[in-house]
Amino acid sequence: MTTHSAFIDTPTLPLNPETKLLAAFKNDTHPDKVYLAGREYLGEDGQISVLPLTWKIKQQIGSDPTLGTEYPPGLGLPEFTRRVTDLALGKDSQAIVENRVLGVQTVGFMGAVRLGTELLRRWYNRSVAWSGPVYVALPCHDSLVDTLKAAGILDVRQYRYWNAEQRVVSMDKLTEDLEQAPEHSVVMLSASAHCPTGADLSQQDWSALAEVMASRKLLPFFLLPAQGLCLGDPDQDAWPLRHYASLGLEFLCAQSFSHSFSLYGERVGHLLLVLKQNSVLLAVQSQADSLVRSLWARPTVLGARVVATVLGNPAYLAEWRDAIRGLAERCLLIREQLLEKLRLLGTPGRWDHLTQQGGLYCCTGLNAEQVRFLARKRHLYLLPDGCVNVTAINRQNLEYVAESIYLALTSAL
Amino acid sequence: MSVFSEVPQAAPVAVFKLTADFREDTDPRKVNLGVGAYRTDDCQPWVLPVVKKVEKIIVEDQSLNHEYLPILGLPEFRCSASKIALGEESPAIKEKRVGGVQCLGGTGALKVGAEYLRRWYNGNNNTGTPVYVSTPTWENHNGVFVDAGFQDIRTYRYWEPEKRGLALGGFLADLENAPERSIIVLHACAHNPTGTDPTQQEWMQIADVMKRRSLFPFFDSAYQGFASGSLEKDAWAVRYFVSQGFEIFCAQSFSKNFGLYNERVGNLTVVANDGENLARVLSQMEKIVRTTWSNPPSQGARLVAVTLTTPELFEEWKGNVKTMADRVLLMRAQLKAKLQGLGTPGTWDHITQQIGMFSFTGLNPKQVEFLIKEKHVYLMASGRINMCGLTSKNIDYVAESIHEAVTKIQ
Repeated sequence: MTTHSAFIDTPTLPLNPETKLLAAFKNDTHPDKVYLAGREYLGEDGQISVLPLTWKIKQQIGSDPTLGTEYPPGLGLPEFTRRVTDLALGKDSQAIVENRVLGVQTVGFMGAVRLGTELLRRWYNRSVAWSGPVYVALPCHDSLVDTLKAAGILDVRQYRYWNAEQRVVSMDKLTEDLEQAPEHSVVMLSASAHCPTGADLSQQDWSALAEVMASRKLLPFFLLPAQGLCLGDPDQDAWPLRHYASLGLEFLCAQSFSHSFSLYGERVGHLLLVLKQNSVLLAVQSQADSLVRSLWARPTVLGARVVATVLGNPAYLAEWRDAIRGLAERCLLIREQLLEKLRLLGTPGRWDHLTQQGGLYCCTGLNAEQVRFLARKRHLYLLPDGCVNVTAINRQNLEYVAESIYLALTSAL
Repeated sequence: MSVFSEVPQAAPVAVFKLTADFREDTDPRKVNLGVGAYRTDDCQPWVLPVVKKVEKIIVEDQSLNHEYLPILGLPEFRCSASKIALGEESPAIKEKRVGGVQCLGGTGALKVGAEYLRRWYNGNNNTGTPVYVSTPTWENHNGVFVDAGFQDIRTYRYWEPEKRGLALGGFLADLENAPERSIIVLHACAHNPTGTDPTQQEWMQIADVMKRRSLFPFFDSAYQGFASGSLEKDAWAVRYFVSQGFEIFCAQSFSKNFGLYNERVGNLTVVANDGENLARVLSQMEKIVRTTWSNPPSQGARLVAVTLTTPELFEEWKGNVKTMADRVLLMRAQLKAKLQGLGTPGTWDHITQQIGMFSFTGLNPKQVEFLIKEKHVYLMASGRINMCGLTSKNIDYVAESIHEAVTKIQ
């Protein structure tokens, strides 16, 4: 029986650029092909790097007869939220001591962004039916804007962030844009290892920005997806949060533990809310709980258990800090080596930023045409923004990648 | 001044408050009949033996990759989950017009389905399309559809207190009067909270009206296998609708039938008229998923997929499910027998006629209050009890308490 379909009006959503790129890469049979647009941390062997510690803890959990399969609380495992709140703000943070920090376990990083935004849309700036503005960096992770819109934010704006010429953060333009932002705007700020450019604010920049945020009454919503993987030290990577907390500012933060614990598939995320007063905590918590109930009801447990176990045990914690440092140092090493090769080849353009940045992501500055050249002629796959995941570069392909970049910039296209 | 100073406290959820009160109660006789999960005869949660087995297999498998799952989920899970709902031999599956979206439990599947319908169903972005839920229904149904943006949530009659059964006449009349293209949320089996399901004949009548009125069936299937002990029996309604040519959504949860409450395993099964429509729907679902949780969690889905696709494990799982269903059926039979034995006024046939985890006892709020306050037997104000809270050790006490409540309080 065929009648008019209930779905007849549904248009086909065009394939995600990332999906298309990955498919093209998979179909490519060239032996030297490299996929530089992925988001996971890859090891020297080109495979996803799994922390031995995570492996060990997962096995422990798998064979622990006392661990049941009951529903976790809607706001997540308390031992998890406590530990990752300490990790972000520092155990002795005034905000924690004064019990004005709310932590909610979420389904991954995007889950934290979604929940935080839903909370803001309903309860922020109660005097008006608020639906923005929310500011994001130009450029930012492609799903971020879509998620804000899905949460009902109609007014999404971008502040200038990446200075393509100098290959640093465009601090003066950023400040200019935020100084002109309407009061009470929400501003999404990458705390460290900005995705996709890798360019971060300096401590000085953060301090200056705090003044702007305060004077314009802007609400910061930090993004911290890979704490520890930028500077090799979780405390350092969280410096902007801790500084803003010490200034008494209120803010949100979306955290993820995919990269720092090799828990990509487990969707371990966290939404942090640092509030000005303890008196509003319970009310905000109750509203967050209510929102969670119509998003996913309860989060998943396995990943949160792994993170809580590691962070809650001094020996594991030390082992983890070591491992993170190793991961971050490898990123720096790859950057150094790439820089050296590019210099040796006499590659035109600015490349100092390679070693001035930290973390997985880096913007090469290549334009769309050059990116196309890399795919077609050299079987190197990047998204049109020219940004790369440096962990996809290893001893085997370093020469080839450097040479390819050189050719992209010097060949007559 | 916090920017959240004006935020009011949200109303507490009744069933959570009940559990909290129960926890604080120090009376040794206390019984929790509000809990929404399976309990053994020792009143303990039960990790299914097959789940423990498969957990070990997974954690020891070095070959498993650790990357993000695809946005729509683990392919083997989506496929096997939809097969469980529709049947291995389903013509719709053979015609390649069935797709699954792995979601965070049944709630996640309802959420993704609702978000899709709100954007693309009935003329695009039509938040005015009426959504019908049963009276009563699981309290979260309302919240999910409201938060997805639907502005017109209505109810269809379902429970008839006088006869302690299905209000079929009212149900059919409400469907008859529903505007065309309305979305109807149907419980596939083991209706929550009443435990009362339409018979096959009654489902046929329901389907008949829905077809005539071009109403869209959105099934909520959280208890497949758990209700009767048979996967096929519990999926009869869903399969019947598909056989009648309906396009449907079916939000499946594996929390109860796998005891995997903590890993949030759900699947939204989409049945479309043809593969082309299906493809377009799934493409839009990708964006909805991407902007809610990016991609779903792997642990639970892997567990379920390995179990469903490995013959010995599948048999073992069906056995585990039957164990749970049989215990519930035993408790139902015993409770009814004891109440009849005590000569408790009223009829108690509905206890064994109802099915699944929950039973609408017919007790009124005053009687419920008496049970909680005086007898420390915790149940919902609606009179809903969770049969899983009954054990061979407490069933006498519960039966006597109900007897007392009914005879003392009118």
